[in-house]
Amino acid sequence: MNDERRLPGRIDLKRGAVDMSHGSGGRAMMQLIEQVFLPHLGGEAAIAGNDFAAFDSEPGRMVVATDAHVISPLFFPGGDIGSLAVHGTINDVAMAGAVPRLIAASFVLEEGFPLADLDRIAASMGEAARAARVPVVAGDTKVVERGKGDGVFITTTGIGRVPEGIAIAGDRARAGDAILVSGTMGDHGVAIMSKRENLAFDTELRSDTAPLHGLVAAMIAAVPEIRCLRDPTRGGLATTLNEIARQSGVGMRLREAAIPVRDDVGAACEFLGLDPLYVANEGKLVAICPAARAETLLAAMRADPLGRDATIIGEVVADEHGFVQMETVLGGNRMVDWLAGEQLPRIC
Amino acid sequence: MRAGVKYVDEFRDHDVAAGLASRIAAEVDTSRTYRLMEFCGGHTHAIHRHGIQDLMPANVDFIHGPGCPVCVLPMARIDAAIELAERHGVTLLTYGDMMRVPAGGRRSLMTAKAAGADIRMIYSTQDALEIARRNASRPVVFFAIGFETTTPPTAVALKTAAAEGLTNFSVFCNHVLTPAALRQLLEPDDGDRVEVDGFLGPSHVSTVIGSRPYEVFAEHYGKPIVITGFEPLDVMQATLMAIRQLNDGRHEVENQYTRVVTRDGNRRAQDLMDEVFEVRASFEWRGLGDIAASALKIRPAFAAFDAEQRYDLTPSRSRDVKGCECPAILRGQKKPEDCRLFGTVCTPETPMGSCMVSSEGACAAHWSYGRFRSDGDTADRAA
Repeated sequence: MNDERRLPGRIDLKRGAVDMSHGSGGRAMMQLIEQVFLPHLGGEAAIAGNDFAAFDSEPGRMVVATDAHVISPLFFPGGDIGSLAVHGTINDVAMAGAVPRLIAASFVLEEGFPLADLDRIAASMGEAARAARVPVVAGDTKVVERGKGDGVFITTTGIGRVPEGIAIAGDRARAGDAILVSGTMGDHGVAIMSKRENLAFDTELRSDTAPLHGLVAAMIAAVPEIRCLRDPTRGGLATTLNEIARQSGVGMRLREAAIPVRDDVGAACEFLGLDPLYVANEGKLVAICPAARAETLLAAMRADPLGRDATIIGEVVADEHGFVQMETVLGGNRMVDWLAGEQLPRIC
Repeated sequence: MRAGVKYVDEFRDHDVAAGLASRIAAEVDTSRTYRLMEFCGGHTHAIHRHGIQDLMPANVDFIHGPGCPVCVLPMARIDAAIELAERHGVTLLTYGDMMRVPAGGRRSLMTAKAAGADIRMIYSTQDALEIARRNASRPVVFFAIGFETTTPPTAVALKTAAAEGLTNFSVFCNHVLTPAALRQLLEPDDGDRVEVDGFLGPSHVSTVIGSRPYEVFAEHYGKPIVITGFEPLDVMQATLMAIRQLNDGRHEVENQYTRVVTRDGNRRAQDLMDEVFEVRASFEWRGLGDIAASALKIRPAFAAFDAEQRYDLTPSRSRDVKGCECPAILRGQKKPEDCRLFGTVCTPETPMGSCMVSSEGACAAHWSYGRFRSDGDTADRAA
């Protein structure tokens, strides 16, 4: 926005805090938008000042996905709620095999939240969106009284287009298909846990939060026959595989020894009594494809930096019960069940 | 972090496991069965999580014991904890597994929390003290549960609170004693004895109490007891040791877990427990009933920090959910799939009995890791 049209008065980005007027629809709100959000997120559409963003549609199948982010703590090793909100929605769109085009974001701010932190989050969102080449084109801000929120909640909605001839969905897995993961499991969840006030432990570990649409595009180019893609976020790999097994009416057989888990993540999970298969990821995906195409897909994944540690972890089997089973490192068998209860709240 | 939890993979080595499995297969007497009770829920969990049953010959059977701290706590004690939080308005602190254990009236600490009670999950007694320090104007109660493993930290918390004059802090003590439970299994008051040939003895409990307290049981009841670590290879090696004892006609206390457990245990921890706690005349256990001298209470010297006295709590008798087989399962007399509630109305999402709550509970472990083994009926319930 050019300077002559900007409302007068600077908000105090160093020491200021969100107050109720920032959500009132009045001048304070406009200042917040102009001085915090637009400098970081403002694309052409946002600058127009409308409550909507218009864009030209293309022929073909479109995908829409929405994702609310309530993570605690807001800033964590490897990212923050801003970058996570961009990546999370890009990934949801990308898991349809779609090319994400744009994002809309809505913020719920708690009265008293430091404007400096909000600025940092908006900057991180902007940076993540530019790096991913998926602009944030529309937004909304609301403020709730102190004690009624937890700093900031961000909901993002993404829209993308599915390339011609691609049909990826959770109900398409077939007995005999191969199951692949793009890298190590549990990094995000353990990185978050390491910063929780009542758990804090020392680790170099960082969240794996990353946009996966580039990896997905490379995978689709190599193997258009991919049947299912999903990012194993809350509930981890175990929950994601159970979802797909249920949707597709199949079972799965995994090999524990083939599932990549970082040493430090494995150690932290041992220590905390967690199973890395149930811990959240934010920059990893699960892919299912016909067995004959698995090696080609694996090579395409490993050629991308975000799929460097990809492996084939098992296969889809016929099973009327829809059980996900696993051969343990020891050589026995167990089920890999749905997550029961809540392993760790507020992880994304 | 890494250095602190080294040697994880070493105790889960495929080739060593295969070697142990073939030794066991070679040494078992095929004309008999070996019914081995793993006392601890930690072992139950390890057996299921690593699929150890698959590496055993068909005549070696693991019977799941009562050593799951949240499983053996009777409902009335949880009702009392809810009462503390709701009626007395205290901030109630507890370990995570307790949150979902069914209390009376289809309630739990979690439902009480959702209804507004101030109930918080903590990871250590140090967290409990810190919360009490930070909220000096609020009464804070630590809902202490567990066997001898979790007892010394509670003792430290009580001593610290006394030393600091942390008058808003108190402990609702529910600590129980392992040897008493073992005695009840081997010689129950109602004569309904568990059919087992030997025991895989506790790991962490034994680091505190040592292996000596089990000697009287091995001798008097003629059952081998092998103290066992929680790693899967520990369990397999201990199984082989128990099988060898049975083959030789021996009944001794053997210590597989020598890297941690000694005959005398941790004397400092024992002294600490003795300083702060005394043995209760009797205590109700879920599944095992009232057992004499089976639990601890806080000594009069620390009475000011005893929530039972401060709030005049007198837990009533427990009444378990009708049809729930937890009592028989905790005594090793029934398997989870023998319970009609298992997998029908009772699942980890909606537990009816305590064995379905903790990952150390026999029902939860079988449901989460092993239900594919069940024949058609249970597997169908489970699908």
